[in-house]
Amino acid sequence: MTSPLARTLVVLPALNEEGSVGDVVREVFAKLPGVQCLVVDDGSTDATASVALQAGAAVASLPFNLGVGGAMRVGFKYAIEHGFHNVVQVDSDGQHDPAGVAALVEALERSDLVMGARFAGEGDYTVKGPRRWAMVVLSTILSRLARTKLTDTTSGFRASGPRAVALFSDHYPAEYLGDTIESLVIAARSGLRIEQVPVAMRPRAAGQPSQNPFKAAAYLGRACLALVFALMRPPIALKESLEVGP
Amino acid sequence: MSIASYVLGVIAALITLGVVIEMLRRRQLRERHAVWWLIAGTLALIIGVFPPVLAWSAHLVGVEVPTNLVFFVSIAILFLVSIQHSAELTVLETKTRVLAEEAALQKLRMQELERRIRHMEAPSND
Ligand SMILES: Nc1nc2c(ncn2[C@@H]2O[C@H](COP(=O)(O)OP(=O)(O)O)[C@@H](O)[C@H]2O)c(=O)[nH]1
Ligand SMILES: [Mg+2]
Repeated sequence: MTSPLARTLVVLPALNEEGSVGDVVREVFAKLPGVQCLVVDDGSTDATASVALQAGAAVASLPFNLGVGGAMRVGFKYAIEHGFHNVVQVDSDGQHDPAGVAALVEALERSDLVMGARFAGEGDYTVKGPRRWAMVVLSTILSRLARTKLTDTTSGFRASGPRAVALFSDHYPAEYLGDTIESLVIAARSGLRIEQVPVAMRPRAAGQPSQNPFKAAAYLGRACLALVFALMRPPIALKESLEVGP
Repeated sequence: MSIASYVLGVIAALITLGVVIEMLRRRQLRERHAVWWLIAGTLALIIGVFPPVLAWSAHLVGVEVPTNLVFFVSIAILFLVSIQHSAELTVLETKTRVLAEEAALQKLRMQELERRIRHMEAPSND
């Protein structure tokens, strides 16, 4: 019986993160013994891929930018091809502390999808304005759908167990905001057990965040729209005959 | 209606049909994309050659001004064509995205194999 971490793939979606991705990969290996790490370089124009490779990660380079959703699908497919049971998504800007992965993977014992929540007590991460309101509205609706309390539905720090990996490798949404919001809707409606675990957030280590104030203002509308469309789509049936590799 | 406008109507319809059929013949247009244009061109030709058909069909569906029926049908056809294009675009985007994902995975696999082969050929740098 191997340890759960040895059956876990850490996927780092990365877009132009040459300043931080190397350190994040090294930190993942240092703090999570036995884990494997895949960096999905999403058409970066800087040295992200080579920096990640040097740090010892496997690197999948997409020929052009697909967004976080498309990058995660690559991660899920890779996990299935290589027999990993669990996939943990970690931001490559250093905002997620890899030490938190252990807690997420542990929670996979009882749940299919574990969200690392940034407002659940640990750390001092705050957001203001429209993005904050959007998060409150989204958490209320998605908590009801997932039949569990979710406070941070847009968190990119999340762990997927075997059932979620099988579902997501085919059905992970590639649309903007789909990777966070719609994926939760898909998971909840396919009957996956969802749980949240408090994690600490850190400031990004280098580079620029993809959200600027103008984007944040449009965030509320787009997030709600994404939710409405997600709810309108037919639910996806889970394939119960799950073949999981060694 | 003057002779000039009669001739103009017929020629315009013939040119439309001619262009669509020629593009089909040269395989620059696939059948399923050409269907709406063929329907539009044929309708235009029928009405161009037999103008009373327009007045008759307008009367049949209760449209008082026959030209309004022309506008209605034209807009409806253009609308359907754009919807069809948006749908095709979505399908194409999905296919390209899946291809890009596969390409990234294949490349990674190839690099891994190359690394192993290098390792086998030069076991001394262990
Ligand atoms: N693959 C991929 N990763 C992205 C893209 N945009 C952002 N990222 C990565 O997603 C993570 C989170 O991005 P960030 O801009 O920090 O978003 P925030 O933390 O939600 O404000 C980082 O690791 C980025 O490198 C993208 O288009 N494709
Ligand atoms: Mg970030």
